[in-house]
Amino acid sequence: MSEQRMDWTSHPPHVHPDYKSTVLRGPTKPLIAIDHRLSELTGPVYGHDSVGPLDADLTKNGQRNGEPLGERIIVTGRVVDEDDRPQPDTLVEIWQANAAGRYIHEIDQHAAPIDPNFLGAGRCVTDGEGRYRYITIKPGAYPWKNHYNAWRPNHIHLSLFGPSFTSRLVTQMYFPGDPLLDLDPIFNAVPEAARERLISSFAIDVTEPEFALGYVFDIVLRGPQVTPAED
Amino acid sequence: MRRYQTPSQTVGPFFAYGLVPEQYGYRFTSIADHAVAAPATEGTHIRIIGQVLDGEATPIPDALLEFWQANAHGRYNHAADERQDNLLDPDFLGFGRTGTGTSADASFQIDTVKPGAVGEGQAPHINVVVLMRGMLTHAFTRIYFSDEEALNAVDPALANVPENRRATLIGKRDEASAGTYRFDIRMQGERETVFFDI
Ligand SMILES: [Fe+3]
Repeated sequence: MSEQRMDWTSHPPHVHPDYKSTVLRGPTKPLIAIDHRLSELTGPVYGHDSVGPLDADLTKNGQRNGEPLGERIIVTGRVVDEDDRPQPDTLVEIWQANAAGRYIHEIDQHAAPIDPNFLGAGRCVTDGEGRYRYITIKPGAYPWKNHYNAWRPNHIHLSLFGPSFTSRLVTQMYFPGDPLLDLDPIFNAVPEAARERLISSFAIDVTEPEFALGYVFDIVLRGPQVTPAED
Repeated sequence: MRRYQTPSQTVGPFFAYGLVPEQYGYRFTSIADHAVAAPATEGTHIRIIGQVLDGEATPIPDALLEFWQANAHGRYNHAADERQDNLLDPDFLGFGRTGTGTSADASFQIDTVKPGAVGEGQAPHINVVVLMRGMLTHAFTRIYFSDEEALNAVDPALANVPENRRATLIGKRDEASAGTYRFDIRMQGERETVFFDI
């Protein structure tokens, strides 16, 4: 672990034939290891000034003429490194389908309704303890064309930079007890022991009375950093 | 307490309105776009164009590329780069992001400045993250420059790459169009782009 390379016991492989589009898109030649220098130990930093006041409230940032439909939820958690050290000032971007399982994206042709008051995108920056928090609508499951009767489990997409280029992470958060998880090739591409790390937990202490259910999803980024090679 | 890395998952087909909304015309702000450099950024302004190609050499229209680079002086805009002798440029963060879904031929284009060499012995390069539907874990590559042969020949990262694959990492200067470089990313095949384990 001191190498701080990609941990392939945690991450899915580039080619996972059950997820059909990986077959022509995943690199097949061996990755080439290079020493960590400034190119790897630096990365873009987006502070609190990159986040607008409604960016972390997806129930408000897409409104046109009313409230979005669906079940309001609060999603929160800590962004830490592998030594459990909080990662403050880290940009967390999210995007998701609406309550009916429809993305606002033009190429989503799923015949479920668009919600005129829901955009489905947001961003926030972690606080001094590495904590992030969103208010949103629970996303619906949606069909995809990977195989006959294929449905994606309910999920929220997340993108994080962390402190350097090596800590870049794009992932998906799932919901506890979803029967579609066992059938999903994207979730199941993850090594078995690591899969549960993608499932959020319901939390009554995050839940707000008369308002929204709460879910906790902690995110662990690669780190701590090694000393750079001498230039 | 030891924690284990959160697994990577694909960016999927519908990332545009969350990650590059302005490029695709969605009503949300973008934190970064294809303009890595502003007009006021110091240095030689260049354009890089290319396509991302799958294992059948078909251009991929739903890839997302991210670019991270040093400024014209070879300095990264980041606290870990403490070298006072290389100047920061207030008009340059060094990060760009673009999707391949808004041009007819699924090409991408970034406008930036040519990075300076970061340290002794290193050739100028731009760090790239490659994401798309059909990639479960993102991949890292680099763009080097065809007009930096002497530095490319001694660059320590290029030195780790088998000689017959190095050309996949070199952006080719377009002799017909000053300041333009061509850099295609091939996900598979004989000329598969080199991806790094970093
Ligand atoms: Fe999705």
